Amino acid sequence: MKTIQDIQEDIVNEFSLLDGDQEMTVLYIMELGQKLPDMDEAKKSEENTVRGCQSKVWLSAHLENDKVYFEADSNTALTKGLVSLLLRIFSGQSAENILATDLNFISKIGMERFIGTQRSNGFSAMIKQIKLYALAFKTKMEVKS
Amino acid sequence: MSVSTLSQLDIQKIRDEFPVLDQKVNGKSLVYLDNAATSQKPKRVIEKLTEYYEGYNANIHRGIHTLAEKATKAYEDTREAAREFLGAEHVEEIIFTRGVTECINLVASCYGSLIHEGDEIIIAELEHHSNIVPWQMLCERKGALLKVIPVNDRGEIELETYKKLLSNKTKIVATNHASNSLGTINPIKEIIQLAHAHNAVVLIDGAQSAAHLPIDVKALDVDFYCLSSHKMYGPTGVGVLYGKKEWLEKMPPYMGGGEMIKDVTFEKTTYNDLPYKFEAGTPNIADVVAFAEAIAFVNELGKENIHRYEAELLSYATGKLSKIEGIKLIGTAREKVSVLSFVIEGIHHFDIGQMLDARGIAVRTGHHCTQPLMERFGIEGTVRASFAVYNTKEEIDSLAEGLTRIINFLKG
Repeated sequence: MKTIQDIQEDIVNEFSLLDGDQEMTVLYIMELGQKLPDMDEAKKSEENTVRGCQSKVWLSAHLENDKVYFEADSNTALTKGLVSLLLRIFSGQSAENILATDLNFISKIGMERFIGTQRSNGFSAMIKQIKLYALAFKTKMEVKS
Repeated sequence: MSVSTLSQLDIQKIRDEFPVLDQKVNGKSLVYLDNAATSQKPKRVIEKLTEYYEGYNANIHRGIHTLAEKATKAYEDTREAAREFLGAEHVEEIIFTRGVTECINLVASCYGSLIHEGDEIIIAELEHHSNIVPWQMLCERKGALLKVIPVNDRGEIELETYKKLLSNKTKIVATNHASNSLGTINPIKEIIQLAHAHNAVVLIDGAQSAAHLPIDVKALDVDFYCLSSHKMYGPTGVGVLYGKKEWLEKMPPYMGGGEMIKDVTFEKTTYNDLPYKFEAGTPNIADVVAFAEAIAFVNELGKENIHRYEAELLSYATGKLSKIEGIKLIGTAREKVSVLSFVIEGIHHFDIGQMLDARGIAVRTGHHCTQPLMERFGIEGTVRASFAVYNTKEEIDSLAEGLTRIINFLKG
């Protein structure tokens, strides 16, 4: 399995082909969003909802062989595309690695405004939620051992 | 500087007055179509702010030195300009606030003190949250009842239902002159007359009309009229509340503090005369002073010219967008200000807004602070393009191109 940093670099390289063109970047992310399979309606529960003002994100996580796996969806294509990138990076990684990650690809692909103070999308809240899940699983494993 | 006094507006010349318009956003020329949220500011407004701070910044009204006198005069000159702009009879009927939201809260709070349990307040389904929540709060405080006039499928107020809602229990009717979400122009003259026949007072939220439609509070016989400077080419943080003198005199003050008093002892305070009774504390002097330039800008262009040109833009945009498959216009009232709201089936408004932004086009997306209205149309939100006098048909072409592209991409 590739490390988180490797995957981030892959993503940055892929986006570099778009030459910083904002429109192409947005379209490409939306396309990624369209490709991400829809989440089970049952999993789009209140509990799994990460709220933004205009776009919603649903996120669920489970532990399998000491790795954290995520499933996610969004009601908007752009957020869903960004979400799919996060899944690509984090799903299947260990809780420690997730917690230790410096998420730097977002600003490198010109999408930094989605992680700032903008409250219109659930994306930045989702990043926090991913780390919270990792922390919870890590704590759970430590208690068991 | 006068931009144009002719009936044919020179749009390029007008655009040159707005420094912010001349820039690239995401590598593309900015197309600013979010004017219903806030309009851009002409140079003369920006320069006035600088002139004030560099030339005669001082606290107003009680100063005896030259700067204080100059600042007071400039501040009061704006009041006179606002009086004339609204067609009010007395200058003391003009109260400066922070914006329409504060105007409505002031009336709901102060005129609201005259409201009793069982009284009724009527608003319409197309109000902005700022013309809903203050009345809900008042009703809760007083045990009064809030009634809502529905709108039809075009987004027009149902006058027949309004007539039925009116009774001798009705004390206040509050609605907007034009809807921020749909652009609907409401028949306020008729609304006011009908309310007065039941001895109810009427507050008109003029946030979306001030820069676009002629206003004459005297001819309308309206009791309260509110506007925001920042939606009519002026600075943020300034609102104007017009109120009929007879009501303002009956109303208790809004906030207590300096400026609004005549004499203060620990036993008793006597309040200042109108309009100062409602202007506690040091006001937003600089922005009020600069607001006069925005009023002059609108006056010089002429409301009728502005409205005619914007109507042309709206009709052009409506025609253009109606032809794009998948677009559904929300709000098709027969009388509209230059607001065009729409949805595209299968594409979230947030995605449309982001995609347009990537092309340098600024629109607003979401519920536009009118959630009950969105519910009426069974939608979560819309994309809203709103035009000002500096917008062009070429910009509308850019909007249409952007929309076509996103539809082809996401649905193709």
